[in-house]
Amino acid sequence: MEEEIFISGRNIPHIDPILEVWHFPISLYLFLGGMAAGIIFFASLFTIMRKEKEVPTAVKGGMIVAVIAISIGLLALLYDLTHILYVWQLYMTVRIESPMSWGAWVLLIVTIISVLWVFSYSTEIFPKWDWKFDFLKKFQAYLIENRRIMAMILLPLSVILGIYTGILLSAFNARPLWNNAILGPLFLTSGLSTGAAAIILFSKNHFEKTLFTKIDLALIILELGLIIHMLMGMYAGSAVQLEALDILMGGEFTVMFFVFVVILGLIFPAMLEGVELMGFKVPSIVPALLILMGGLIFRMVMIEAGQITRYLY
Amino acid sequence: MVIDTLKCVGCSDCVVACQTENNVPVGYCRDWVTESVSGTYPNIELELKSERCNHCDNAPCVRCCPTGASHVAEGGIVLVTPNECIGCGACIESCPYDARFQHPDGYVDKCTFCHHRLEKGQLPACVSVCPTKCMYFGDLEDPTSEVSQLLKSRKHKVLAPEAGTKPNVYYLT
Repeated sequence: MEEEIFISGRNIPHIDPILEVWHFPISLYLFLGGMAAGIIFFASLFTIMRKEKEVPTAVKGGMIVAVIAISIGLLALLYDLTHILYVWQLYMTVRIESPMSWGAWVLLIVTIISVLWVFSYSTEIFPKWDWKFDFLKKFQAYLIENRRIMAMILLPLSVILGIYTGILLSAFNARPLWNNAILGPLFLTSGLSTGAAAIILFSKNHFEKTLFTKIDLALIILELGLIIHMLMGMYAGSAVQLEALDILMGGEFTVMFFVFVVILGLIFPAMLEGVELMGFKVPSIVPALLILMGGLIFRMVMIEAGQITRYLY
Repeated sequence: MVIDTLKCVGCSDCVVACQTENNVPVGYCRDWVTESVSGTYPNIELELKSERCNHCDNAPCVRCCPTGASHVAEGGIVLVTPNECIGCGACIESCPYDARFQHPDGYVDKCTFCHHRLEKGQLPACVSVCPTKCMYFGDLEDPTSEVSQLLKSRKHKVLAPEAGTKPNVYYLT
């Protein structure tokens, strides 16, 4: 038996007895950023394929949702910084070793281009809106002409935006639950799936709804596979990883993870979508909302549970 | 830094000295003392350790810092520049020793090996006050230094070597 205690009275806020430096705003950002990355990915993919007329919600309403989601996510990120007046220091340097550094740059570029994208569609979405000034109208015409170029820039950047949050967490080897290489692809898949769900939620076009239901179903199956892959990888891991796994398998977060994320957030909506694709009538809002909820709870579980896991020495 | 666990009595003088020297805010600490008990009665072993930032050679906090506020200074000491720190908390998450914390003023703070004292040729506050003289400070790269000699002649260990951080605080056992 071994027991270790602090005898000098250590009780640092947010660190002792369990680490709690990252709170709900971070989970919210991971979810919103992933979802926005998904929407932007589909919008730019269909634009590059010249099929944007077939997916009107993805390229118009969906992109507005993406811009709003990124903005809320950014505010959440800023809210969780403790030395916020120095936030400009993020953009004084690029550090390849730090996923947060290049992620912040990608986030900035994606946000700017997405706002321009929505601006280029603004007159189509709100036909009565008038941009008054001539130079704005000229700029808009220029953007409309170059929409495919915007899409070509956004497509790879949206993949990076979706995957970097997972890479960021997996780069912390001090937190064994996060420290597995599959977390990046898993977060990307989850982001694409929640993005597709958001498009289904706002779409009124039957063809578009069916198309994204198919895409979403495939992504959910892939995501379930990646989750099994992650759990199996940890089962085969070292002592610290096995201990970290206990939190998800038979520990504090088991119900949150398996009931709310795996069953209610993935398996059940996947079944509903499958039934819908077979021709039965299912209100598509139900699986879409469940997937979005599952995505958010997944990030919350990973952030909170991950911070509890640590090296014991 | 080399710490002799056989001489340490767990008085926590090092902690108080650090808090006084570095104006560490109340409720926070840059170093701390742990007591580990192993074995079953009557075969019990007790080990006391004064712990702090390990100023790792492969420091994950320096790697993950998005602004470069966390950096390795001359001589291998890991430091934080408060005016470059945005308080994102990534370095706190990355440290397997939980040696860092958010200062009430917002930036991230930790042990500096009393950098300001070293520049004047003095020892870190914790080392200089230790009543049992169980702490040694010096240049590990110089084979003739006291710390190098101790590591040559005594059994020693580092904390969580499996984390791969290559820590620079050694414990004589």
